[in-house]
Amino acid sequence: MAEKQVIKTRRLIIIGGSSGSLEALLKLLPKLHKKFAIPIIVVLHRSGQADNGLTELLAAKTYLQLKEADEKDLLQPGWIYLAPPDYHLLLEEDGSVSLDASQKVNYSRPSIDVSFISAAPVYKERLTGVLLSGANADGALGMQAISQCGGRNIVQDPEEAAVSYMPEQAILLCKTADVLNVAKIAALLNSIAMD
Amino acid sequence: MIATGQLEELLENILSRYGYDFTGYSRASLKRRIDGFYVKGRFTSFADMQRRLMDSTAYFMYFVEEVTVNVTEMFRDPAFYQTLREKILPVLATYPFIRIWHAGCSTGEEVYSMAILLKEANLLHKSILYATDLNQAVIEKAKTGIYPINTMQQNSVNYIRSGGKEDFSGYYHANYNLAKFDEGLAEKMIFSTHNLVSDSSFNLFQLILCRNVLIYFERDLQKRVLELFDQSLDSLGFLAMGSKESLRFSSIASHYQQIENKEKIWRKSR
Ligand SMILES: C[S@@+](CC[C@H](N)C(=O)[O-])C[C@H]1O[C@@H](n2cnc3c(N)ncnc32)[C@H](O)[C@@H]1O
Repeated sequence: MAEKQVIKTRRLIIIGGSSGSLEALLKLLPKLHKKFAIPIIVVLHRSGQADNGLTELLAAKTYLQLKEADEKDLLQPGWIYLAPPDYHLLLEEDGSVSLDASQKVNYSRPSIDVSFISAAPVYKERLTGVLLSGANADGALGMQAISQCGGRNIVQDPEEAAVSYMPEQAILLCKTADVLNVAKIAALLNSIAMD
Repeated sequence: MIATGQLEELLENILSRYGYDFTGYSRASLKRRIDGFYVKGRFTSFADMQRRLMDSTAYFMYFVEEVTVNVTEMFRDPAFYQTLREKILPVLATYPFIRIWHAGCSTGEEVYSMAILLKEANLLHKSILYATDLNQAVIEKAKTGIYPINTMQQNSVNYIRSGGKEDFSGYYHANYNLAKFDEGLAEKMIFSTHNLVSDSSFNLFQLILCRNVLIYFERDLQKRVLELFDQSLDSLGFLAMGSKESLRFSSIASHYQQIENKEKIWRKSR
């Protein structure tokens, strides 16, 4: 089936973060190469109410196109998709995204675990999970799922993270994760996305 | 975790045994919910779960309740309700009679919010609110108008943000840990089960709200349901959707106009 063929070659990067992750992201995004060939999803914990200009702020920091994800968006290389506030973002077999406003997970919606766990069996070894600063354990279980499905994990060095708890929890659960500072994360992502 | 093939088999079996068609639902969300149901039910295998579901209608109804997303609150997205208040109700006010359909009303918070808006605009007396959902269980809760008292703080904040000027606590009676809404608000509500996938149009409305339901459907099913709404909407009627939903990709989009601000409300132009 043609559709299945497409998904077999499709790759994805999901970046998650909570408190302190915005500053890491603002350093990371400008370093991503203009010709970055893999779609990126960004799942940040943020307050549910009104859009506080986050989309515009992040869009101004990257050469890539950036938008808040809409349901059924078909992920495209060269694009960064921000998970909307108050929705979990899940990944479909056909390369599109679904939104889901069910109960919070780890006190969070969007939850990083929900996106990681949903993407892991769909993208398998073609998935890279990245976890930045945060004060919550969200993302750790998800990284475990990613590595069980053959994907790759990168965690911000707790030494560098503004809040080290989230990276530390992920490292505890997922021993195979690469632990790197933001500059090295950017270099690694660029190398993954260029080959 | 349930494999893709097993999920499809289960959906087919549910359809032929009970007539509930989930095959048009977005898979990622549905699969996550069914995985959760599987873990919570402590089944020994997929076959075990499937057998339990096929054996008992009551247990299947519990499954439907668990796998659909019923999360809701009053005045959800306060800016949306502010737009209803300021832009839509003044138009509806010019009609002799107002029929509203809440499709996928869950436990009814949306319907009570609407009744409060109508009451404050002095329109409730000439309105009827039809509220439907796939789930019998949420409909029964909605009928009671009783909610946990600890949700009232958020509801009250939302009410004020939506432009509410009254004392919100005047709309309900607190009793221990429960809040029961005034029966006067419920007088004009008619609750019933209705499946958007398989049931047909049952009236003509001036306003249809279907919020946070279509995000769980695949495109084809979304299109079919939007056609059902189109058939059920009076000319110049309004269709209101959730903050991440749109009728942009549907066949009916050509004769609908989104009202000016960024709220997801469309008006039928013929
Ligand atoms: C998240 S709730 C939305 C409640 C409310 N409209 C709101 O926006 O807060 C979604 C509701 O849609 C209902 N639903 C799901 N599939 C349906 C179908 N095929 N027909 C009717 N209702 C359905 C679910 O039972 C659930 O109560």
